[in-house]
Parts: sequence; C-alpha cells; structure tokens
Amino acid sequence: MTMKTPLLAGALCALTLAGSNLAYAQDKPFEGVTVNVMTRPGEVIARRLAERGVEFEALTGAKIVVNEVPFAELFQKIQTDWSTGTNSIDVGVLAAGWAVELDASGLIEDLTPYVAADPLINEADIAPYFREVNQKIGGATKLITVDGDFQMVYYRDDVLSAAGLSAPDTWEEYLANAKAVHGQDMNGDGEPDFGSCAFKKRNAQSYFAISTVAAGAVQSKGTAEGLFFDLTTMKPKINNAAWKAAFELYKATGEYGPPDEMNQDIGDTRALVKAGRCAQTIDWGDVGPLSIQPDATAIKDKMFAVMNPGWTSVLDPATGEMVPCDATTCPYAINGVNHSPFGAFGGWAGVVNAKSDQKVKDAAYGFLSYMNQAAQSNLDVTIGWTGYNPYRNSQLDDTKLWVDAGFSEAAAQNYLGAIKNSLNNPNMSSDMRIPGAQQYTGVILDTELSRYLAGEITVEEALANIEAAWEEVTEDFGRESQLELYAKSLGATNQ
Amino acid sequence: MTLDAQSASARPGGYSPVAVSRRDQFREWIDLHSGRLFIAPAVILILLFSIFPTIASLVIAVSRVRLSGEGFRFRFVGLQNFTKLFVGNDQIHFLGRFNEMSVVGWLLIVATVAWCGRWMWRQWQQGFTFIGFLGRLITISALIGLSIVLAGTALSGNPWGTLGTTMFYVVVGCSVQFAIGLGLAILCSQQIRGRNFFRVVFFIPMMITPLGVGYAFRMVADPTVGPFAPVWQWVGLGGFAWASDPWAARLFIIIGDSWQWIPFIFIVMLAALENVPRDHVEAAQVDGASGTQIFREITWPAIIPVAATVMLIRAIEAFKIVDLPNIMTSGGPGIATESMTLQAVFAWRSNDFGSSAAVAYLLLFVTVVLCASFFNFVVLKHIRKGDGA
Repeated sequence: MTMKTPLLAGALCALTLAGSNLAYAQDKPFEGVTVNVMTRPGEVIARRLAERGVEFEALTGAKIVVNEVPFAELFQKIQTDWSTGTNSIDVGVLAAGWAVELDASGLIEDLTPYVAADPLINEADIAPYFREVNQKIGGATKLITVDGDFQMVYYRDDVLSAAGLSAPDTWEEYLANAKAVHGQDMNGDGEPDFGSCAFKKRNAQSYFAISTVAAGAVQSKGTAEGLFFDLTTMKPKINNAAWKAAFELYKATGEYGPPDEMNQDIGDTRALVKAGRCAQTIDWGDVGPLSIQPDATAIKDKMFAVMNPGWTSVLDPATGEMVPCDATTCPYAINGVNHSPFGAFGGWAGVVNAKSDQKVKDAAYGFLSYMNQAAQSNLDVTIGWTGYNPYRNSQLDDTKLWVDAGFSEAAAQNYLGAIKNSLNNPNMSSDMRIPGAQQYTGVILDTELSRYLAGEITVEEALANIEAAWEEVTEDFGRESQLELYAKSLGATNQ
Repeated sequence: MTLDAQSASARPGGYSPVAVSRRDQFREWIDLHSGRLFIAPAVILILLFSIFPTIASLVIAVSRVRLSGEGFRFRFVGLQNFTKLFVGNDQIHFLGRFNEMSVVGWLLIVATVAWCGRWMWRQWQQGFTFIGFLGRLITISALIGLSIVLAGTALSGNPWGTLGTTMFYVVVGCSVQFAIGLGLAILCSQQIRGRNFFRVVFFIPMMITPLGVGYAFRMVADPTVGPFAPVWQWVGLGGFAWASDPWAARLFIIIGDSWQWIPFIFIVMLAALENVPRDHVEAAQVDGASGTQIFREITWPAIIPVAATVMLIRAIEAFKIVDLPNIMTSGGPGIATESMTLQAVFAWRSNDFGSSAAVAYLLLFVTVVLCASFFNFVVLKHIRKGDGA
C-alpha cells in the first residue's frame, strides 16, 4: 500500500467528520461500504460499537456490522479468519496485547499514515501509556484504543470507615479489611455481605486478577523490568516466592467472598458490587461509572478506588525468595510499600484487517477514529455499561465530565486520582504483549490457578506446571524472537 | 456342437459366451454389481466427509500447528502431543495425579487383572481365532489401563483428570438415566390416567438445546441469586456453593444431563415394553406370578436387546459431553468437571490444534474400544442367548 491512499482517506474522513451533521448528510464518502467488526458479546463493548456504528453510517454511509463472539473465542476466531484468507471480518476489537501475534504474521494494517492525516483523533490528548504502548507495535500505530484498562482495588468507604479501617495500601491490609467486615450487612437488606469480591471462575478473567495481586511482589525496578519473564534468558519469572505469596493471598480472599466465587466471572462480581454486597473488589476502571447507574444506588458515592495495593517485601530474582523493601530493593516504593499497577488487558482496541479492500480499510479506520475521538469517547467512558474506561488526558484531568455524568465531586476526584496515580507510577507493570500471550496467560496460567484454587494441586505444583508449560510455548514460538519482542513491549511508561 | 460349446451352454443362463454381445455382458455385469454400484455414492461421500477428516486430524495430532499470514504452518512433532498427555505437562490434566496407591486401588487392579485373565482363559478354551484374540487383547488393555487410572486417582484420594471425569459421566450418568428412564417407562406403560399427557411431558426436555439446559440449571442452582436461594439458606446451605465443590459440581452436571437424556431412554424403553407379548404376561398372571417375577422372567429378557442398544447409543453420546460442563462450570472448579471433549475444545480455542486433535483421538479410541467391547461381549451375547432360547 502506498502512503497516498491512507493520507487521502484520512483527509477525506477528517473533512467529512469535521463538519456539521448537515455536511455529513451531503457527503457520504463510504456509501455502499460495509465494515464487519468482531468483538466480545453483550452490552459491554459491543453495544456502544453498534450504537456508534449507526451514527457513523448516518454520517459517512458506511454500514457497521458488529459480530459478537464469546470472549474466550474472540482472538481465535479473528486470527483464523485472517490467517486462512477467509477475511469475513474487517475490524477486530480486542485486547491490545493480542494484536502483537496478529502483527507478527502481517495480518493487521499499519495505521500510522491514517493517524498522521487525521486531525480529529488528536493523538496528543491520548495518555502517553495508551498512545505509545497500547496503540503501537514496533513504533508504528497498529491499533486505535477505545478503552483504557488496568486494574485497581475498590472499597466501600462507608463500611471501612465505620469499622475504623482505611483503604488497603498492601494486600495484607486488603485481606485484613476483608476479614474484619465480612458478614456485615452492607446494603441494609438484612443479609450478611462479603469482605471481598474477587472473581475466580475458570476461563474468565481471574488470570488478570492474580497478576494484579502478584505485580507489586514481583516487579520493583520499574516498568522495564517486566512481570513475567527474565529479560536475559526469557525464562519464566513465575516459580518463585512472590507468585506463591500472591496465589496464596488470592485464594485466601475467597474465605471472605461469596460462596460460589469459584464460579463467578467479572459480570457476576459486578452484580454483587452494584447491589452493595462487597466491601472490597478488584476490577478495571468500570466500577466508577457503574456506581452511578440507576441500578447501583446502594454504592453511589460510596465505592472509592485506590491504586493497586502493594507489598512490603519483593522478589529477589537471583534467589527466587522475597526480601524486605528498602531503597535498593524497592526504589519506587511509597512509604516502604512497593506498588505496581497492572495494565491488565491493556484496554480494548481496534485493529484493521490488512487484507480488506482499500475502501473498507478507509471506512474501518474512520469508524475507529470516530469511536476514539474525544467528542464521542468523553461521553462513552462515563457510562458504566459501555465497558469503556478513560484513556484521554481530557477525560482524566477534568472532573466536570464525571460530575455531569452523576459523580459527586469527591467521588470523581478519588476515581480519577486513583487512575492517574496508577498511570503515572514508574513501576507500572505491562500485560503480556508477545505472540502466544493468550496461551501463556488465558490458558496455562488460568488453568493452573483454577486447579490450585479448587484444591486439586498445591501452589508449588501449580507454579512448576506453569513454568514448564510457558517454556514449551516459548520454545514453540522461538526463544530469541520472544525475548526481543518482550523486551520491546516493556519500554514505555506514562512519563 | 463341440464338447466345450456344450459345457458352456450348460452354464447358468444357458447362453454361450461366444453368442453373448458385449452389451449383454455389460448388462449382466451391472446386474451382478448393482448392489455395490448403488451403495458406491454413499461410500464415497463417507470416505470424503468422514474418513478424510479423520486422517487429516491424525496429521494435526502429530504436528505443531501455527497460524500465520500464509495460513496454517505444520511442524511434525511425532507423538509429542500424545506423550505430553500421558507422561508430560498435561498428565495431571488428562489422567490425574498419581501419588501413593491405596489398598483399595491395588485390590481393584488385582481384581481387574484376575478377571481379565480368567476371561481370556475361558475364551481360549472355547476356541482360538486371531481376530477374536486381538479384539479381546485390546479390550483387556483398555480395561486394565482404566482401572489403573481409577485406582491411582479417585480410589487413592487423588484428583482425577479429564479421562476419569468423562468415564464418570458415562458410567454414573448413563446408569442413573437408564434406571429412571426405565422406571418412568414402566409407569407409563401401565393403564393409568393421564399417561398420554405424561408421555409428552417426559419427552419435552430432550427437545431443548443443551445450552439452554446448561444455563437454566446454572441459574436455578445459583445459591446466591437463584430462585432456590432462600431454600438453600433455610436448610443451612447458604454458605455452600455446589460449583466450588468438585463432587457437587459433577453431581449437578449429571442431574442436568439426566434431565435432558432420560426422555430418550424413556421413549425407547416405553416402545420396547409395549412390544412385550401380552399373552405371555397374562399367562404368567394366571399362573399366579408376582409383578417382580413377571418382570424378571418375561419383561426383562424381552427388552434386553433394546435396553443394550439404547445404552450403547447413550454411552456414545455421553462420551462426547461438552455443553453442560462448559456452560454450568466452565470445567471447574479447577478441572473437576472438564470432560475430554471440553479439554479438546479449550485446546482448540487457544489455537493449540495438535493437542486438541490428540485428545480427540484418544477419546475416539476409548469410545470405540469400550462401545465395541460392550456391543460384542454384552449386547451380542444377550441377543445370541435370546436366539438360542
């Protein structure tokens, strides 16, 4: 593809979208073009894509068809469709980290020239972490972010305050808080509620939660250290005391959680959170906007956020044991606690099929740009059910958006403050962004964690199994290339 | 006429080959082979759509498959995908964990080996055929293998893998379903009021998609927000979650599976019961036989061939169970409810096509060996016995 086409397409798209609605109606550059989008099912992510797709069609003539497939099959379906030359899908909206494997096979379009010719996307407004890490692969923009993701801990300020407790700063405090308030009635329905709600269902999202718990114990030397592999040998950095402590703590939270937590995914947990039944939970940025929904009155202005709790001792990679935090072992510690906010999932982002027709690619980029632009996304991220979390400076710096949406000023400040603290932490840990990422984490880590939680195997067995299986995947993809890609994926922070 | 010509004219048909035209010869050939010719399209279709995929999946099972920009890339890895399941990383996942063998486990192995030895010896005494010997050898190998897995895992207090879980669904599930299905069929074969209504009602679950059944049972059995949550609380099980307990989770899946499949057994067994000769039953009643005696001596022998066949069909289906554990527990807690098919699905879903095909092949082997053995050594035996009687 030459540079001329995307430049023209970008300019056309920008001109089209820059005008008034009347201008859109008069000039529909993508009339007759159909863009097939594939993403996860349900209200979250997919519904807003479909709604914005209708708007986009009215503006540009491009018909946006949103195809929904189960989360666990999303990557496989997109990869198979594009690898086998079926090419029935033009846009995949997926986890930013998954795109690396697609890009390694040359399956996704380089969007750099499109972005360069598109003034409406206003890249400078996108927070550096999402602009430079999530959207780029090998220095080129290959994805357009529609959602900014990392996990935090949320707590019921009213419940903890009444018990004389404060927001958890360490994971030990999280567990202690959970123990202290578990069994209290937190929503006035007369039923005992839960000290912690941390989804643990297999084949869902628990592998993100365990990484969030482990991050502060494993990574202490800054983002470039990496959470999962040794940067000189690509040996898994998982069969050690830090991950063991994280596994044990994560399992221990179940003692203060819902009885069927082992069969609960993020949706089940959020339902309990909204019903006011959880004193603490681990989640992405969604809980903030969810707390102002009409069905969440039990937690409105009560569910506060805090940066990922940390650990007072961290992994010594040389010995595999944990050592106390000091200026040498934890250079980024805050009050002796090593925090490492985990960029779980990295956020939902759109990639364009490199084999689609040029006109379709132009329309596909136009649609992703439309989703990303502040005019749309600054509203979308304040609506809980969309699943979209803030990723633009204009969304993070001004509480007005959030107060207008229904937050109190204090709640908005707390929510945005927790996000900015996380984003700006120099020890933020990145999710895995190498080929096979889904197999490393979504299959192997997830399965062994689940078996440990179910009591089928010991934590030592689980970690040894993960280490051996990760080595197999690394050998399969090629150790050298995996090492190179992993090192590259850790370079950037929000600084 | 020469002697040769005379002998030729004496052949069936009465024509001399010299006098028969090529066209007639062709017609005769068509007549002779018409059976094969008519069946050929079906055989070719089966070869294309059944045998070819089987061979293709065998190629995948001995390969490492990766998706690239140019499509699938195959790398031959020999039996690596299989050895991984038996002695490698996936051993615990597939077979289970083997620690110390319990006394009960040892007893089971010894009993199985002894039974197999006795069976082989009796077969040997009745006459030796190579094919028969080979078939029995395969059956015995599978039985001893399965008994070792059962003895080393479940009977020794160790977690079992997907093989054990699949066998659990087949043996326990099918047995429960057969017992209840037969019981309902016996009830509905009686002259009771509303029996036609019950026949329809009992048949409905079979027409519901397994996905619907899975979701329905998951929602109904939810101890936190399900409709029976107050009942759980009331009986003191408010803090108990079936999905977190391996045995309870397996039990709930068996319940869901039974709810769906009992109607199948019910309807087939009802048909079999209604075909039992009434005069035999009435004669026994006149002679003063009890209901139990009538069932044991007349009804049961008459329905055994149908019962064995329906169990065979049901077992083949049960080996492939995937929807309910996927929907209800996602294979959890841990891998407690994960069947072999679900293991293959999960591997396929993560693009690990080689491992997925290897599991599928092992499932095919287990299903074919056990079902063929059941048919040969149980079903046919009863049918022959029935014929002999």
